[in-house]
Amino acid sequence: MSVYWNLFISFLMSNLLGYGGGPATVPLIQNEVVGRYHWLTKQEFNEAFAMGNSLPGPIATKLAGYIGYKVGGVLGSFIAVFATVIPSLVLMIVLMGLLYKYRNSIRVKRMTAYVKPTIAVLLGLLTYHSFADSIAQIGIFQVVLIAGCTFLLIEKLKIHPAVIVFVALVYGAINL
Amino acid sequence: MLQINIFVAFSRSSILGYGGGPSTIPLVYKEVVETFKWMNEEEFGDVLAIGNTLPGPINTKLAGYIGYRVGGIIGMINALIATTVPTVLLMILLLGTLSTFKEIHWVKGMTKSIVPVVGVMLGILTWQFISSSRSGLKTHTVMIHIVIGVVCIQFLNIHPGIMIGLLLLFALIQPTKVKLPTEKGKSV
Repeated sequence: MSVYWNLFISFLMSNLLGYGGGPATVPLIQNEVVGRYHWLTKQEFNEAFAMGNSLPGPIATKLAGYIGYKVGGVLGSFIAVFATVIPSLVLMIVLMGLLYKYRNSIRVKRMTAYVKPTIAVLLGLLTYHSFADSIAQIGIFQVVLIAGCTFLLIEKLKIHPAVIVFVALVYGAINL
Repeated sequence: MLQINIFVAFSRSSILGYGGGPSTIPLVYKEVVETFKWMNEEEFGDVLAIGNTLPGPINTKLAGYIGYRVGGIIGMINALIATTVPTVLLMILLLGTLSTFKEIHWVKGMTKSIVPVVGVMLGILTWQFISSSRSGLKTHTVMIHIVIGVVCIQFLNIHPGIMIGLLLLFALIQPTKVKLPTEKGKSV
């Protein structure tokens, strides 16, 4: 019982606070799932994020569905996805008229604008911790090599993330 | 037939769209406005703008709302299932397989090599949020937000939810200094 309730609250809060679409909820989910409830280790969360990024579709529901499943089976998966999508959707359907009226309001637009830098901070801290952990694991040389190649492939050559994750996995299997 | 179309439209746009929800918006647009003509361009734009004023993933808000308008509650559930279930199943399958074999030496190597890749992906997301912050706030305001955010979250260990809650409250109650020139005689 309590694990389902915790799943519901964690994903509900992460998604109600994540202004800026699915990616904005990633650091909030990480904070709950890894930092607060220890359902996944940092490493497991990183793997889930990498896999989620190489599969199509929204990232927030993929993380919710997978983490929910790992913690509470099929019911857990359902509850986590439910908490992710239903509250803001119901708000949207019920408040459509009101929201339509205020869609150009400065205050409403400001909400997203004010939250975004904090989301950037959370993502930045996650970035820092990922690199720090990785350097401790495999050394700075490997990290610079893999990260450098990844950056070039994503940003300059616009290679699909799934390909990059696959190549990295093969490299790791052979070389690390 | 309608429900089949709803399922096709939203599973197709979800499965063909890579890089998280926001990048699939053009694909949803294509299905909803061009292929099935459930809405015109302007209606879609309004729904998108309104979806953006609410938190959480945009893709499921679009799918759920449009599904609801076109096919009622069943349409909404149908659109949500089409958007989320196929990719969630793939996730569980692939990560489940990975963790079954995680004691094998070369699988351990695989899990190590993925971390720097995640670092780069998160770094790119960070940069995207910083640069899109600058369209809503002045650059120095963004910098102040970032410095305060790092101090509060990293060093003072304040829960990010509390920070964001306060920021949202502030956005709502702070007086609006600048009045928009058009149509905004009475804003909020």
